[in-house]
Amino acid sequence: MKLKKKKSDSEIPTSSMADIAFLLIIFFMVTSVFSSTKGLEFKLPQEEEQAPAEEEEAIFIQVFPDMSVSIDCKPTSLGELLDYMEPKLTRNAEKPVIIYSDPDAPYQAMIAVYDVLIAAEDTRGFPVKNISVPTQKDIGDYTVMFGVNPFEVRCN
Amino acid sequence: MKTAEAAIPTASMADIAFLLIIFFMVTTVHELDRTTVNAPKAQNFEEAEKGAAIVVIHRQPTGELIYKWSDGEEMSDVRNGPGDIYLEASRIAYDNPNKQFLIKSDGDIEFRYIDELMDELRKAGVKRLLLLTSPGEAEMG
Repeated sequence: MKLKKKKSDSEIPTSSMADIAFLLIIFFMVTSVFSSTKGLEFKLPQEEEQAPAEEEEAIFIQVFPDMSVSIDCKPTSLGELLDYMEPKLTRNAEKPVIIYSDPDAPYQAMIAVYDVLIAAEDTRGFPVKNISVPTQKDIGDYTVMFGVNPFEVRCN
Repeated sequence: MKTAEAAIPTASMADIAFLLIIFFMVTTVHELDRTTVNAPKAQNFEEAEKGAAIVVIHRQPTGELIYKWSDGEEMSDVRNGPGDIYLEASRIAYDNPNKQFLIKSDGDIEFRYIDELMDELRKAGVKRLLLLTSPGEAEMG
């Protein structure tokens, strides 16, 4: 009598698949960092580009340590900055805008002002093309040139 | 009478797990710098270029300022603050004048430190700078 041989089904063992999958999940959860590489583009003036904006022609925005802002020496708010600038920049789109941030002012305050100016084209329909943020070294150079800090004395 | 056995259905467990894997694989970015900063808020933003050099200024809970630097490939601590960053940035800017640099800092840091850093980067010949921000609206005084 012939004995019937039992045929075992050939199949890939998948019982550990879920374990592998969960291990991978844990790995990705631990190593995962959600991208935070967004920011505001900032053009640094080059050493050879020494053509400082003519002070009396420029719109002068001052940022104070308490995060308050003034424009051409008049206290204002972030929301009113563009109201003041609109007629001037519509007449002359190349008009320089100087952001003078007090060294003790928080970085956030300068960014907030810069952000408003960058957004002008979308929110108001006129671009602010010529933004200048003088560094303390520039201010030092101006102070040597003029004998006083032109940004400090401007509103006195 | 036959009673049905109470069991949690686990048949779809592997599918769910694989979906989660795909989600994490797609969203994961292995960033060079993992310093958590409270970046200043802004509504406009540009995406940083891949491989951009990174400068980190961060105030520790002790009040001490720490600087970190990456050429886009490796992260390292900076001992002598902006002076060291100037040296590193000069080397990079000389090799690749169009390399983008990213300043990553807390929003509540005094502007003088950013100013100092910008000045060093400018001296180093850096042309393209991106100030890292987080989406949102700033509260001003």
